[in-house]
Amino acid sequence: MIAIEHLNIVFGQGANRSHALKGVDLEIAAGESFGLVGESGSGKSTVLNCITGLLSHWTGRISIDGTDLSGQRDKAFYRKVQMVFQDPYGSLHPRHTVDKTLKEPVLIHGLGDANARVERVLDEVGLGNRFRFRYPHQLSGGQRQRVAVARALILEPSVLLLDEPTSALDVSIQAEVLNLLQRVRKERNLTFLLVSHDLAVVSHMCSRVAVMNRGEIVEQVNRNQLQAGTFSDRYTTQLFKASKGYDRSVINGFVDHFTRSEEA
Amino acid sequence: MTQIPLLTVENLNVTFPSPKGDVQAVRQVSFSMSNEKLGIVGESGSGKSVTGRSVLKLLPSYADVAADRMEFKGQDLRNRSEKEMRQIRGEEISMVMQDPKYSLNPVRTVGRQIDEAYCTHRKVSRKEAKERTLEMLDAVKIRNPKRVYNLYPHEVSGGMGQRIMIAMMLIPEPSLMIADEPTSALDVTVQMQVLAILDDLVTQRGMGLIFISHDLELVASFCDRVIIMYGGRVMEICEARNLKASSHPYTRGLLNCLPKINGSDEYLPILERDEAWHSDQFSVSDRSAQ
Repeated sequence: MIAIEHLNIVFGQGANRSHALKGVDLEIAAGESFGLVGESGSGKSTVLNCITGLLSHWTGRISIDGTDLSGQRDKAFYRKVQMVFQDPYGSLHPRHTVDKTLKEPVLIHGLGDANARVERVLDEVGLGNRFRFRYPHQLSGGQRQRVAVARALILEPSVLLLDEPTSALDVSIQAEVLNLLQRVRKERNLTFLLVSHDLAVVSHMCSRVAVMNRGEIVEQVNRNQLQAGTFSDRYTTQLFKASKGYDRSVINGFVDHFTRSEEA
Repeated sequence: MTQIPLLTVENLNVTFPSPKGDVQAVRQVSFSMSNEKLGIVGESGSGKSVTGRSVLKLLPSYADVAADRMEFKGQDLRNRSEKEMRQIRGEEISMVMQDPKYSLNPVRTVGRQIDEAYCTHRKVSRKEAKERTLEMLDAVKIRNPKRVYNLYPHEVSGGMGQRIMIAMMLIPEPSLMIADEPTSALDVTVQMQVLAILDDLVTQRGMGLIFISHDLELVASFCDRVIIMYGGRVMEICEARNLKASSHPYTRGLLNCLPKINGSDEYLPILERDEAWHSDQFSVSDRSAQ
């Protein structure tokens, strides 16, 4: 469904030059739930931004459903691929009601039947009609994130790009949103590309995981390997240990891991 | 396990007036602590930060704070004037905030800010203060203290900024540190390194630490004892190592809805909130905490 080959992107020039993605390769099958983990600055969100076209100066190949992406994305692309962002406070227009926010993509794509679609999708994300004419500030964080998911689903996409969809939420609300995402994935047979810094969330949601460090994918593992903690890469091993909770004895062994190309 | 309590709080209540009626953010909170790592966990709005701030009287003046007892090393904190509190803040009790970006002065170098924290509480020369600052930066595992001394806050990373904050809070050698989500904005490996610094300070210097966090797993593995808060009330106080075996319905509910690395991909149990948790039946009243 999603194929990425040798994706490269560079920000800045001269002394400020930062090579944010260094030849990223990914292959994600239709209906698969794929996780991308790494620490801040590892480039995991940049991959999503390249796919959606929020960044345009990348090199390499990205193809969705067999079609190579280049230049401006067309409407057909956005009917197929939708994104949910980390911050439910920042990603909804503060002066648009839920109704207006959800109708906008329907109008842009000329799908018609907007009222029925809004009602249906609000039911699907567990909000219901009574939230329809509220403004974002009248909703809690979890409710806002449900609206963001509804906005992505209303175009009936086949791929959802999820950029830390629950890291701004309390754990009890996180559980609700994760369950919602899993349910819609089963019902609609969606392909997920989920970016997260939380290994537990990724292990819960995804069947395969790629670990990123400093713009490179250092390792790809399946869920069983992630759960057993069997990694071949030292960076992944350290990340796994750190995610297991506080243990004074392992921390002195932590080092900054450079990627293979940086050491070379 | 308490010998001479470092801090004792009894029946703390904090109320914020609002146009829609008063909001009681903290209700009947009581605890006492010695030189240990005490965790306060809860979801947003549970009153954990307000509890931490009320110890240092850092709440806005319109907040109504009342307590039967609030004693630090035997001195009553309740009727201290603002001037007296300034002596206690930093020197005796210090606080580390969540985000170093907002807590450091953007137009002064890191070194000068730490110097200031030292000079406010000690009569020392500039040169001596600088030496102490460099030592302190080294103690929080900053690799090149001399270089970092002359940097501005925007020139350092988040993890380093948080270490600088901790260095600044530690330089007057307080006996109690209140850390409000000190590592939530950091990557896991950096988070663990910062926690190791705090841990060493507690074990080596005998400092007391109140660690406010929303992360149950982290608190269970890092702290000695844990206070669980919900709706401004203390749900339970337990030994951190027994946290995962807790029988309190709220704590159980929170633990269950965490995704686990080794868990299945089934739906997560949802936390069913019970109105009864807002009653005395489920919270620790001031008497049973003694």
